[in-house]
Amino acid sequence: MFDLIVILIPLFPLLAVLANGLNVMLGHRYSHEIAHRLGWGSVLLSFLCVLWVFGQTLGHPEPRTVIAYRWFFGGDLAVNLGFLIDPLTCVMMLVVTGVGLLIHVYSVGYMHGEEGFTRFFAYMNLFMVSMLLLVMGNNYAVLFIGWEGVGLCSYLLIGYYYDRVSAAKAATKAFVVNRIGDAGFLIAIFLVFAHFGTLDYTEVFAKADKLDSTTAFAIAVCLLIGAVGKSAQLPLYTWLPDAMEGPTPVSALIHAATMVTAGVYMVVRNHAIYDLTPNALLLVGVIGGATALFAATIGLVQTDIKRVLAYSTVSQLGFMFLACGVGAYAAAIFHLVTHAFFKALLFLSAGSVIHALAGEQDIRKMGGLWNKVPATHWVFLIGTAAIAGFPFLSGWWSKDEILGDAFTHRRYVLWALGAAAAFCTAFYMSRLLYVTFYGQSRVDHEVAHHIHEPSWWMRGPLLVLAALSALGGLIGVIPGGLEHGAFHQFLGPVVSAAAAGASGHQGGLLLPFILMAVTTGIGLAGWFTAHYFYYVKPEQPDLLANRLKGAYALLWNKYWVDELYDRLAVEPSKGAGRLLDRMDTVVVDRAVVAVEQVTDLNAAGSTWFEKYVIYGVINVTGYANHIGARILRQLQTGLVHHYAAILVTGLAVLVNLIVLILWWRGAL
Amino acid sequence: MILNEIAADQQIGFPILTVLTFLPLAGAVLIWLFQKDEDLIRKSAMAVAVLEFFVSVLLMWTFTPNSAQIQFAERTSWIPAIGVGYHLGVDGISVLFIPLTAFLTVLIMVYSWDTERVLLKPYLMSLLGLEGTMVGVFASLDLILFFVFWELMLLPSYFLIKLWGPGPQRQYAALKYVLYTLSGSVLMLVGMVLLNLNFHEAAVASRTEPLYSFDFLDLLTVPVPPKKQALIFFLMFFGFAFKAPIFPFHTWLPTALVEGPIVMSVVLAGVKLGTFGFIRFVIPLLPEASVRWLWLMAGLGLVGILYGAFIALVQSDLRRLLAYASICHLGFVLLGLFALNFQGLQGGLLQMINLGFTTSGLFFLTGFLVSRTGSADLSAYRGLARHLPLLATFMLFLGLAFIGLPGTNGFVSEFLILLGAFRAHWALAAVGVLGVILGAAYFLWYYERAFFGPAAPGPQKPLHDLYPREWGIAVALSVMVLWIGLYPAPFLDMINGSVQKLVERVEQGSVGKAVNHTRLPKAKRPVATGSNGYPDASPPLNVPAELLPMGQRP
Repeated sequence: MFDLIVILIPLFPLLAVLANGLNVMLGHRYSHEIAHRLGWGSVLLSFLCVLWVFGQTLGHPEPRTVIAYRWFFGGDLAVNLGFLIDPLTCVMMLVVTGVGLLIHVYSVGYMHGEEGFTRFFAYMNLFMVSMLLLVMGNNYAVLFIGWEGVGLCSYLLIGYYYDRVSAAKAATKAFVVNRIGDAGFLIAIFLVFAHFGTLDYTEVFAKADKLDSTTAFAIAVCLLIGAVGKSAQLPLYTWLPDAMEGPTPVSALIHAATMVTAGVYMVVRNHAIYDLTPNALLLVGVIGGATALFAATIGLVQTDIKRVLAYSTVSQLGFMFLACGVGAYAAAIFHLVTHAFFKALLFLSAGSVIHALAGEQDIRKMGGLWNKVPATHWVFLIGTAAIAGFPFLSGWWSKDEILGDAFTHRRYVLWALGAAAAFCTAFYMSRLLYVTFYGQSRVDHEVAHHIHEPSWWMRGPLLVLAALSALGGLIGVIPGGLEHGAFHQFLGPVVSAAAAGASGHQGGLLLPFILMAVTTGIGLAGWFTAHYFYYVKPEQPDLLANRLKGAYALLWNKYWVDELYDRLAVEPSKGAGRLLDRMDTVVVDRAVVAVEQVTDLNAAGSTWFEKYVIYGVINVTGYANHIGARILRQLQTGLVHHYAAILVTGLAVLVNLIVLILWWRGAL
Repeated sequence: MILNEIAADQQIGFPILTVLTFLPLAGAVLIWLFQKDEDLIRKSAMAVAVLEFFVSVLLMWTFTPNSAQIQFAERTSWIPAIGVGYHLGVDGISVLFIPLTAFLTVLIMVYSWDTERVLLKPYLMSLLGLEGTMVGVFASLDLILFFVFWELMLLPSYFLIKLWGPGPQRQYAALKYVLYTLSGSVLMLVGMVLLNLNFHEAAVASRTEPLYSFDFLDLLTVPVPPKKQALIFFLMFFGFAFKAPIFPFHTWLPTALVEGPIVMSVVLAGVKLGTFGFIRFVIPLLPEASVRWLWLMAGLGLVGILYGAFIALVQSDLRRLLAYASICHLGFVLLGLFALNFQGLQGGLLQMINLGFTTSGLFFLTGFLVSRTGSADLSAYRGLARHLPLLATFMLFLGLAFIGLPGTNGFVSEFLILLGAFRAHWALAAVGVLGVILGAAYFLWYYERAFFGPAAPGPQKPLHDLYPREWGIAVALSVMVLWIGLYPAPFLDMINGSVQKLVERVEQGSVGKAVNHTRLPKAKRPVATGSNGYPDASPPLNVPAELLPMGQRP
């Protein structure tokens, strides 16, 4: 029963993929109605299965393995398509199918009337399958199917509007950059196999403490390369902002709530290895902290509503890595969950704005929308407050926990990076809110007439997500208080080993409250700064930008990182390709000369050759003469004997050698 | 090393490999002699191809998995004076290639159904001839027999490129292909003769019969001194490297693929004859030399991966791109084979089969594309996804399988190859994974430019998406891609036994711990214990028990 239900979880969306995929291929045999019902219905079914499995796991936190079948094997290698069900998997499955379900429902309204409606749902379901494999796999190989599978779906969905050159480019970029990470991940898998002789998590982690620190460091770093690619951290984050070319529900599901958090999941899953190597852990933290601040600063000046959210996502993922880096794995997953709520909410409500404005994404052409789309405004406000760290909302709990952990683990620099990033977060999110919803309307006249609230397909999920964003943080607090909430207790068995005991605000009685007050103050300060700049004195930002031209240009151009990578990697690769291509042609040319010489020789010797060799051979081969001659005669190409001379050369040599051996044998 | 064999008579009751080899050839002759009507010619050629495919499936069906034995063996003496015999048989190494060849031939027939009208009769005869000789190559266990098929294969290939190639330089391409292969195979032949002579010396020393043998199984029983091995290794290396082709002997491939007809591209890029030669003969016959030159071979593999990938990156012609991508993938195969451990060999072998589905699939799709746009070059088309959604979908799917996306067949083999390479030395895999990244780059960048973006401006004749026949080809290949990608177990079961045996062979070597031939009891080679002239399946009694495979020890 348990096994069956677990297998059904990814199977439902898979069946929907097959149905919708075949429908597209066979020329749309059924309507959009059926397509979307299959789309979200299958996710609903797997969500129900996940709930059931979650219920089963509540009582039995010990990991359970479910093997579907043998995948590939041979020698000392055996890889199963198998699933591991433990609290961590359950949390991830709940997020993936729960938030996934909401976004699927939202998509019905958002994608209504789009040309590739059925195709969209097929891709989305395929994404669900891959993501579920990623979080459910019981070994690295299954994780890797999901890992690249979500990359593929991301590629397909970024390139959903494939007519647009920018979308096509962004899709390719996303896949290729992800593959750089995947290459690192592959090496990590090989290292694991070489040292443990298996790819199954349970066996690997059971033996992990016998690993020497150098190997552990190598594995950890290679895994980190994979995580950095998938979770858009420095230095491989560049694909994520471009990924906003996809439809907005895609950005919400894939590029905010689930796929990009796969790196965090992977690091937490492998914490047994990371715990062995403090240096690698520090590296994780530094990358996370640096990314959090770096991306947040770029977000300060962007004007595309989705790009601001994209940089915000990069930054928030940085927070999660920072948490991992200080060993606060539960906090990382906690933030992953709350982030899934509020970032999905923000993206979807941004989508609702874009929908209302007929596709407009530039916030400079928005403004004053609060009374035109009040429902959207309220949910966006809740989302903003949650991410900015407004007290008692979900983001406040989780972000505070991360910063607190960083501080109590004496990673003061990381704490400072995080705090600065938190300030920027509050600032750019409030800025986004003010510029979009308050102040003067700068909406085009044409567009302004058609502004409308979205349909209930879209509004329903927004309301649910708003509730989750507001109250979802409580799972980390109730019933045991800070860091002893239901969430941490549930996750405890997975991440407890090294981290849970040492983590938390245990620096004293007062310290947690001081830290909490400080982070709250930072968040509010960011909010008020934005309030001042964009509400009280709306002319200030331009003045400031003029005064700080250099800094502004730096941020506006995203530190020129894309250009740098173009110079350093993309162009040189193409250059190398062209160079080698030319070299190859030169080699070909040389070969041409050689071939011609051989041919000339052949032609010169061909009369002799014909006389003594061909007929000699043909006489030897007897019947071949008959067939060969007739085929050749029939083809009548004019130079038959010439080609025949070449073709028979091999056989001639063969016969000569045989004769030679015979002779030699006779001589013996 | 001693390989046991099961005679075809005992296993299936008729000489199935002879049937598989000569059925297409007989079909070609029959068409030539009796058919006049074009339609009838086409139908009979198709019937032969389909029948051949069914027989090859039967072969796979009755094949005993997880066994290292030579199965469906047939032996008849041919030129006993120098030890040439008619010896056919398949094991895990070769068994999958025969159904693959037959499968592709059926698809080629479907493809040519309405596209090829010029000189139809010789065209179909060439295709059938090519099929028969290729099956012969895969089934031969006598080196000379192998060589004969190997050379005969050139004949239809040559004419296919020369007469039915669309390119202006097809004559040159055909000649180049033949000359390259020939020059390699002459050297290979010398290597084979040296093996024979080495066997002869051992036979004389131990006073066993026969005195000469080109038989693969016989040659396995005698040690080859390392110095000789090195010489023979390089002689045979040239033969197979030219054919594969391995960098730097690859230059005939782009020419042949661009100038030749699509069907020839499918065969040349889809049926990996050259690398098959390595795993079939070079590694088992010359294990010490293989180990010794591992670095050279794996290095050539890596160079091929990077070289092919970088050049593929900047191609605008799909055929050229695929040609260089094939060189890249051959690099992977070589890397896997010469990792010389289980995963490497298994992955390399599986990769050869997988490429038979993905590369040839991509060439079929190229053919569909060219028939619509008139050219395989990017200058002729843009934004095709709008007009040809199905073609675009299949191109993407097969392309992703080609670059090893998990869930497709390409992943399983590439993963195994890289894992094998990693276990040989981590640096091999570290460089090899660059090919994984570049693979995504060259394919997706091309795909982006060809299929995405706005459709080319200006008046264009409307393009028709895939016709049912084309659809069928694409679906058939896609099904195989998914099957091997998601559930490769049946195929792995078939190859694993022989791969295991091969690994043991490499570990033991032909000289070291292996059978010291001269100390064996003087006895005749175990032949013809059965009444029918075929060797009996049971191991000969005069072989010491400790030399038998584990399962068969008394």
